[in-house]
Amino acid sequence: MQFRRFLFSGLAAFVAVGGAAVAQQAQPAPTVEVTQAWARATPGKSTIGAAYATLTAPAGDRLIGAATPVARLAQIHQHTMENGVMKMRQVDAVPLPAGQAVVLSPGGYHIMLIDLTTPLVAGQSFPLTLRFAQAGTVETKVMVGGVGASGPGGAMAPMNMAPMDMSGHKG
Amino acid sequence: MSRLKTVQIGGLVALAGLLLVGILLAGGIAWEKYHGGSPTTKIGGPFQLVDSQTGKTVTDQDYKGKWLLIYFGYTHCPDACPTALNDLSLALDKLGDKRRDMAPLFITIDPERDTAEVMKDYAASFAPDIVGLTGSTDQIAKAEKEYRVYAAKHPTKDGGYDMDHSSIIYVMDPSGRFVTNFTHETDPDQMAAKLMSLAS
Repeated sequence: MQFRRFLFSGLAAFVAVGGAAVAQQAQPAPTVEVTQAWARATPGKSTIGAAYATLTAPAGDRLIGAATPVARLAQIHQHTMENGVMKMRQVDAVPLPAGQAVVLSPGGYHIMLIDLTTPLVAGQSFPLTLRFAQAGTVETKVMVGGVGASGPGGAMAPMNMAPMDMSGHKG
Repeated sequence: MSRLKTVQIGGLVALAGLLLVGILLAGGIAWEKYHGGSPTTKIGGPFQLVDSQTGKTVTDQDYKGKWLLIYFGYTHCPDACPTALNDLSLALDKLGDKRRDMAPLFITIDPERDTAEVMKDYAASFAPDIVGLTGSTDQIAKAEKEYRVYAAKHPTKDGGYDMDHSSIIYVMDPSGRFVTNFTHETDPDQMAAKLMSLAS
């Protein structure tokens, strides 16, 4: 009888611990993976720029802000094309569906850099902090490509070469 | 008797009026045909702007004999304009000798911020032969109208503004007539192939 009670409580403890482990697995600390961050070099004396990246939130999240030491303001913008007219609008957030890679790229979403404190130079990089609703802030390194780079793959290629990586080109 | 006369004169006047309307209509149609289609569908026309490289006033006449590749945009444009200008420069790289027959122009729709000083280096960053053109607000407005370009300020939360604008590359033949246009759907290879076939 005593032994039986011992066995039962042991089993109960095992179930409780196991259950807690399962519960913990279902709610991991929210993270967002930020990869392939890139930007174009500054043409001429321009003081604006755009940064792009690939964002993956395993449990889903929203990009809600950005900051960088190289610009006074970093805002989330979205491009739309209607009948050949290009419109650019600031948006509050970029939705990141669970497990789905969201690519910020030319013609779609970008981080608009306003009042650059220093021109972006091809081959160099700068830090960018992205703020998410769940995951908090994530810092990334943005690689600078040519003035007309079309994606992270071609970011290091000279500007007179055809784009090598079109993955970031079409939204 | 006099009543009949009045009716007769009235009929004659009406007939003459009809005849006049007919002549005017026929003349109008002939004029349109002679000038290459209805004026309401015409793209492109005379412009007077400022070459950002030289600071001098230029007109469409200065480019006669060359294929004009015209893109309207602005330098505070982080995405669409660099994409279009870079696609254009990649296409120019594929033209070989024919490149000399091209006059690629980047015309600002934001003359307030895009002074000659700003436009000069900006255009040249993409290709040395892309000429940045600016001008007074009136000069730019007139060029936009000739090319049926849509451009409008959109105020931003931080007190600045963006421009909504047509993002199209116009191709004009050496006599200044509109031939075709390229959009963001046209890749540099397609642009180069079209320009090569046109200029050959």
